[in-house]
Amino acid sequence: MESAFSAADLSAIWLTFKLATVVTFILLLIGTPMAWWLARTPSGWKGAIGALVALPIVLPPTVIGFYLLVMMGPDGPIGHLTQSLGMGLLPFTFTGLVIASVFYSLPFVVQPLQNAFEAIPERAMETAATLRAKPLDTFFSVVLPLAKPGFLTAAVLGFAHTVGEFGVVLMIGGNIPGQTRVVAVQIYDHVEAMEYGSAHWLSAGMVLFSFVVLLLLYTFNPTGRRK
Amino acid sequence: MIRACFKLARPEFTLDVDTQLPARGVTALFGPSGSGKTTLLRCIAGLERASGSLHVDGAVWQDKTTFLPTHRRPLGYVFQEASLFPHLSVRANLEYGYKRIPPGERRVQPEQVIDWLGLGQLIERGDPAELSGGERQRVAIARALLASPRILMMDEPLSALDTASKQDIIPYLERLHRELSIPLLYVSHALDEVVRLADHLVLLQQGRVIASGPLGETLARLDLPTAHFDDAGVIVEAVVAQHDEVYHLTKLEFSGGSLWVGRVYQPPGSPVRARVLARDVSIATTAPQGSSISNILAARISEIRDEGADKALVRMAVGNEQMLLARITRRSSDLLDLFVGMHVFAQVKSVVLTT
Repeated sequence: MESAFSAADLSAIWLTFKLATVVTFILLLIGTPMAWWLARTPSGWKGAIGALVALPIVLPPTVIGFYLLVMMGPDGPIGHLTQSLGMGLLPFTFTGLVIASVFYSLPFVVQPLQNAFEAIPERAMETAATLRAKPLDTFFSVVLPLAKPGFLTAAVLGFAHTVGEFGVVLMIGGNIPGQTRVVAVQIYDHVEAMEYGSAHWLSAGMVLFSFVVLLLLYTFNPTGRRK
Repeated sequence: MIRACFKLARPEFTLDVDTQLPARGVTALFGPSGSGKTTLLRCIAGLERASGSLHVDGAVWQDKTTFLPTHRRPLGYVFQEASLFPHLSVRANLEYGYKRIPPGERRVQPEQVIDWLGLGQLIERGDPAELSGGERQRVAIARALLASPRILMMDEPLSALDTASKQDIIPYLERLHRELSIPLLYVSHALDEVVRLADHLVLLQQGRVIASGPLGETLARLDLPTAHFDDAGVIVEAVVAQHDEVYHLTKLEFSGGSLWVGRVYQPPGSPVRARVLARDVSIATTAPQGSSISNILAARISEIRDEGADKALVRMAVGNEQMLLARITRRSSDLLDLFVGMHVFAQVKSVVLTT
């Protein structure tokens, strides 16, 4: 191991892991109500909000990164807000990276959750209500267990997608060791410096990690068990 | 007493109901599909939001300023499909509502209901997916009962079942009818279920209540669509009087007389509900002699109504309370010169026992 990864590599791996964990956690928190709303609302805004959430799937990461950079910058609305709150500016900080990643990975969490919620029949919620379950009780005792495969997929995809991001990180986070230099950027640096051996180790690690994660997801996620 | 007043516009019909339902016994909400009976039930349960008001035993469930959400209405609801939670075991399904009732307000215990609906063996099987349709529906009924409802509602609980499962579950429903002290609202489009289970009949048509009254009285009305069903007929609430072991017959007594039927396996004194269909009753103006029909009742015609070009429906009183319907041809009606108030003899060819 010591010969394979340098201290900077390990720092990048740790930072990537930390970023993906924090982002996945936040995404599950905000993605769940969003997905629930998208799955259940009769509102005409459903299409527009759904399209907005899905934008990161089709947009080049540089475009998202560019707009976030502008908004978080000294003259942007988010920049104004963070400055007035005494937080300073977010670009080129870990927090900025987290916020950018949340936007970037949002559809990968919201869409599996939305699909899972849509698959739950209205009848299950009605039944729970006739058995005295309050709405929040119903959510935790019926919806959550029935949507468990969806949550697993959402968490894994959200995590993996955050691990794999590059363009947004480069735009918003730059390349600060221990702050914003994630594995993808570290590999880029190695290649730039012609350190192909180091790039190989990290790249192969990413390939292996991604494959194992997806393998576990596809093997153990009990989808389609419901009758 | 349940007082329901609802208005709800739907693409297929407009529910427009202002009715009172008895808060005891079994009330059947009966009508063709699209008549609004399920929608009415869902409005009472709060699963559907109509404008209007709803009072149950004096408590306001809905009015201009109030709308109790379903989870705050003390009701039990059985859907057409059992709707068991697939992620929970049979027992956890049963206890889902029970656990959500404060211990002081529980009026039934799981073991009691398990015994009542014969679920002892099913519980051992654990996974609801392994139960048959009829078994699942029994679990759903037990689950609803365990929520200690003040009113139990069933939305066509048998219609998704095959005939065998239906036969399997009806005795349990009849038992509920006998032993349950809470009112049951029962939605159905099958007259044979209604006559077996109901005490009170509410007829719906295109979103409106067209009749509401005691089952026997309402089924004997000639002005309602039920009178024109092929299996139109009356209900006779009778008591087993005696058995004839030689000919394997049983004598039933009711307020206006008695009827001989095929051997009933219930002891004398047991109440039974019988059905006499209009097509099984013929009329004679003089006491028939030498007839093979053993059930001949003196009756008095109270109403005659033409039915189509060839048939006529005749309503007769046997004694003071019991009504009979006879479906005869218009030709016979004219040949016999039947008129309202006329004393005649009703010949009952067959009696259907429902219990």
